[in-house]
Amino acid sequence: MLLSIKDLSVSYGKNQALKNINLDIEPNTVTAIIGPSGCGKSTFLRSLNRLTELTPNTTTRGSINYKEHNIYEMDPMEVRYHIGMVFQKPNPFPKSIYENVAFGPKLNGYDNNLQEIVEESLKKADLWLEVKDRLKDNAYTLSGGQQQRLCIARSLAVKPDILLMDEPTSALDPLSTAKIEDLMTTLKEHYTIIIVTHNMQQAGRVADNVAFFLNGELIEYGSSEKIFTKPFDKRTEDYITGRFG
Amino acid sequence: MHAKKMQQRKQKNHLFKNLSFFMTLITITVLFLLLYDVFKDGIGWLNWNFLTSYPSRFPEQAGIKSALVGSLWMISLTMPIAIPIGVMTAIYLEEYSPENRLTTFIRVNIANLAGVPSIVFGILGLTIFVRTLGLGRSVLAGSLTMALLILPIIIVASQEAIRSVPNSLRDASYALGATRWQTIRYTVLPASLPSILTGIILATSRAIGETAPLIMIGALTYIAFLPSGPLDSFTVLPIQIFNWTSRPNADFHGLAAAGIIVLLAVLLFLNTTAILLRNKYQRRLND
Repeated sequence: MLLSIKDLSVSYGKNQALKNINLDIEPNTVTAIIGPSGCGKSTFLRSLNRLTELTPNTTTRGSINYKEHNIYEMDPMEVRYHIGMVFQKPNPFPKSIYENVAFGPKLNGYDNNLQEIVEESLKKADLWLEVKDRLKDNAYTLSGGQQQRLCIARSLAVKPDILLMDEPTSALDPLSTAKIEDLMTTLKEHYTIIIVTHNMQQAGRVADNVAFFLNGELIEYGSSEKIFTKPFDKRTEDYITGRFG
Repeated sequence: MHAKKMQQRKQKNHLFKNLSFFMTLITITVLFLLLYDVFKDGIGWLNWNFLTSYPSRFPEQAGIKSALVGSLWMISLTMPIAIPIGVMTAIYLEEYSPENRLTTFIRVNIANLAGVPSIVFGILGLTIFVRTLGLGRSVLAGSLTMALLILPIIIVASQEAIRSVPNSLRDASYALGATRWQTIRYTVLPASLPSILTGIILATSRAIGETAPLIMIGALTYIAFLPSGPLDSFTVLPIQIFNWTSRPNADFHGLAAAGIIVLLAVLLFLNTTAILLRNKYQRRLND
């Protein structure tokens, strides 16, 4: 088991966003987190690399074991080297394409084969061919879809094990979305991906496993096939068939 | 019906454009009248002699040397004191301080300080720097007082600048394993620097033009030597100008106008430098 979440509860002040979540993530899989808005999907994702701590007055209980180490007992910076994240809206730094990808490795004082790392990461994110002649250009000159793949490359450059993706295609057009979905399938060979999505078709296309959240609780977790064809819980069925949400 | 509404909307649209143009015109007219008046009176007195002479009882021999050098001394001591304190306070308040009542209290008070009359800062400077710390009526005491005066301006402007950096950029940095300091240094500061510099430009202009607190701490009005160190007594351009305007002899009013031209030139020079610096950073951000 790569990631083992036990009794995870997260509260913002008095407002409990997650209640006793138990979930195991296997290596080299894509896990989709689905559920209506405000059900705690994003909070769950952000608690996996301890980004929830940046919000004031957040309390977290329970444990998340990454390779047998509780990440809440590790250094948060170290956690984020192993567990990278791609956000909903593409958020490149206002720097050159090259500097965006090199940002992570540089933070740790890494500089002997930066060029190689940048090239390798951009290739993995399927962006290299489009940008190899304009690495010095500002990242904002790229299209939205390219920016998102740049953000993926930026995350890959610190060589994480797990990639968290928070609705990575919700701001993108269908073509860019398809590119990123294809990318997830290839990245799965080397990485473990956890993706939050509002799009049932997307979850069906890319995910091996699906977890359905409702009001801060994990209602159902199972293989994508099972969740979409024979859901165990009535509420899961209602949600995926579009009866609410 | 529809066409009539459309017509009205177009008229309003047009009206507002003309109104804002008219307001701009008022500002520019007033500015030009002021400049015209100053240049008309002062340009005749403005020559090399004026820039290189000390003040004198005789208008033909009087110059602005000590005030010009005093102003430059003061500003070059004030800014290195005020900028680091101001910017770092803003960083602390926006990026580190916990969200509680004390922080809110401090924030509100700093914002309020920006509106305190400058003479009050003069009294504070006189008590603390001139008397208690025994700095006397020196450039250093003046600069410290002036630094206090412009601190709230720098802090508030820097806070606004830092707050306007989108959280998505901070998230991106933290998610790559950056420490808080690395996030501030490589993400927040570069993105907010142009606006911080704008605040610093405003603060510098304020410091150069301020008169009251310096009169309060006792900057002299007649000085026939140049300060050779931070502990020497001094005068500044606005004080010298003020002094000349209060003389009955009309020739001194011409000298005052010439002094204003010099003050404007210094201001223009400093602001241009700062704006060029800001544009350089902005370009670097947009490349």
